[in-house]
Amino acid sequence: MNALVPLPVLLPLCATGLSLAFGTRLARFQRFISVAVLTAVLALSVTLMIAADRQGPLSVHLGDFAPPLGITLVADRLSGLMLTVSSAVTLSVLVYSLGQGMADRDKETPVAVFHPAYLILVAGVSLTFIAGDLVNLYVGFEIMLVASFVLLTLGGTGPRIRAGSTYVIISLFSSMLFLTAIAMTYAATGTANFAELALRLPDLPLGVQTLVQAMLLTVFAIKAAVFPVAAWLPDSYPTAPAPVTAVFAGLLTKVGIYCMLRTETLLFPGNRLGDLLMAVALASMIVGILGAVAQTDLKRLFSFTLISHIGYMVFGIGLATREAYGGAIFYVAHHITVQTTLFLVAGLIERRGGTNELTRLGGLARAAPLLAVLFFLPAMNFAGIPPLSGFIGKLGLMRAGVADGSVWAWILVTGATVTSLLTLYVMAKIWNLAFWRTEPPGQAAYGTVLETSDDSDDEDADTGPDRIPGTGDEGVGPPPAGQPVAATLQGRAVTTTIHPPRAMTGATAGAVLLGLAFTVLAGPLTAFTDRSAAELIARRPYVEEVLGP
Amino acid sequence: MTMSASLLATAVVLCAVGGILMLTRPLTRILLGAVIAGNGINLLVLSATGSAGAAPLLYGVPLRRVTDPLPQAIALTAIVITLATTAFLLAMAYRSYQLTGTDEVHDDLEDRRIYLRAEVLGERAELREEYRAGSGRTRSDRARYRQEHRRLVARLRADRALQARGRDASGDLWHDVLGADPEDYVNDQDHDRGAAG
Repeated sequence: MNALVPLPVLLPLCATGLSLAFGTRLARFQRFISVAVLTAVLALSVTLMIAADRQGPLSVHLGDFAPPLGITLVADRLSGLMLTVSSAVTLSVLVYSLGQGMADRDKETPVAVFHPAYLILVAGVSLTFIAGDLVNLYVGFEIMLVASFVLLTLGGTGPRIRAGSTYVIISLFSSMLFLTAIAMTYAATGTANFAELALRLPDLPLGVQTLVQAMLLTVFAIKAAVFPVAAWLPDSYPTAPAPVTAVFAGLLTKVGIYCMLRTETLLFPGNRLGDLLMAVALASMIVGILGAVAQTDLKRLFSFTLISHIGYMVFGIGLATREAYGGAIFYVAHHITVQTTLFLVAGLIERRGGTNELTRLGGLARAAPLLAVLFFLPAMNFAGIPPLSGFIGKLGLMRAGVADGSVWAWILVTGATVTSLLTLYVMAKIWNLAFWRTEPPGQAAYGTVLETSDDSDDEDADTGPDRIPGTGDEGVGPPPAGQPVAATLQGRAVTTTIHPPRAMTGATAGAVLLGLAFTVLAGPLTAFTDRSAAELIARRPYVEEVLGP
Repeated sequence: MTMSASLLATAVVLCAVGGILMLTRPLTRILLGAVIAGNGINLLVLSATGSAGAAPLLYGVPLRRVTDPLPQAIALTAIVITLATTAFLLAMAYRSYQLTGTDEVHDDLEDRRIYLRAEVLGERAELREEYRAGSGRTRSDRARYRQEHRRLVARLRADRALQARGRDASGDLWHDVLGADPEDYVNDQDHDRGAAG
């Protein structure tokens, strides 16, 4: 069983090679590889999670080198859960992007780059989840980051280059900080392995320990977009293509949270910086949600809600009790799914309404009832309406806060409640503006853009076999259902339909259902997160698995 | 463990120089800063070995006196990663130059809008206070106040109009959802140049 541990990293990496080798010639083969590999990774992750739950942590020493020299990969309950949720989410986003790419019959966009970069991103994320030492964690981060640079600047348009430069510079800076922290840790302890660090760090002087802890926390806070270092996120995410933003928002920030959970429990037990973490969590929640209230651009708005809800998880980490860790882990799983779903829906809304701007959207509830349902369920889930998993996650965290009973905990519980209400307000605002009100005059009708195609290039217009030559007036008034319509965007002919491609809707529906599954399976899932938290706090199983009893 | 002071001093100087360069606007300078600071940090990693030990020969050298190889492995990894990132940043700086004519990192539009609003409102409040505080209100004073006030309002309004135009320009499917064809930009630029000339 232990031999399975490196596979979630190896499979996507090998597939990347295949994908690059055959990609441009055999686009269909490339798509097949990506879907097949991600499905395999999902199956593997579920197996690992179940195995880790039954037998305790699984570990592999690569090349059979002993810990201080070799590379160690470990999968415990937390890693297994994170792997499972992340591979489920990446698979659904991949299907979504396939639907988008196929529907547009788009030869110009660099899809040949998209698939390999996406697979590398998955490999990097998986590696961070199973890394058993700081250096490997750093490498995982870098793999993930380099792939994310490529995905974020896909197509190399002006706005994406501008947004991408902010992102790249911030990432570079945090990587440098991380490397410095690793150097310090190594100089002080002579190892970078988590299990050995867990044994050796307590012997260090308190100042050195706190310094290392603060540096690592800063690095992970930048990655997770916690308030004082979160300004890069709403600036850089919204310009990327919808599926890319969805997977970034869902996964990359949560990788930071995962690393915080891992290091705070395994390396620095005792929660010395708990109050600081709670203060930062409160600031993230409030500032993030106020930013969201002020926005009218859908993707920017979701970016701000992302920052605000990161605060909940940091709150759990700051409390550092078993219930709080359990709540935080549950919330991470819930939040990855629901945030990704919301960004996917935002992509659908953009397609259908022709814009991301709430002031120019309207009437979608009547025009696209299915889309309305697909938005409504995750939105309510996100805001934490009772039967749904968002409520369960928040309830778990707040109960842990009340049980803790300190002043900070009570302040945080109040802050979390206010944030939750404001989230509901923001979601209601989107619902009212984009779905419920009547269509504002002058809105582009039914997913087409009203422009005459006088100046469209012919070579662009005849890329698809079933294109109707644009006559300009087809976009006016509702076209017949399911029929492709020629429209132009900036002088180029593109085909749009009333119904977004089935794969896109299907993938979004799948993600919504995954979010709902957390509600249905809340009992077993909370039991599982509770066991994970217990394992994290105990520390012994992890250390013994790596170093031997 | 003993450390080489010169190694540490070099690392510190490199990090400081790199840090200052990274605070500037042009991407190429940021790139240089990242490379220099990266080298500094690599030295820091290397200095974690302590003083240099014996050469790692198979025979004749006691294993305990050999230099610790792990920091060297870490530094090598970091160097390779920096290389890849440098290549990417260079490409991005070039692309940015292609598109906008400079390789400067621009402000976030929303940030700039909020900043401008705060600035104008602050100026307006100051103006009002100054006007109220002044005791002798001559007609010319009042006229000047009105004029200033109008100027500030006009500035905000102009900004709002600019935003509205920006909003209409963006939100288009091709660019936001699909990623544009770079050739479009070439055509656009030609078009603009033609219009300007």
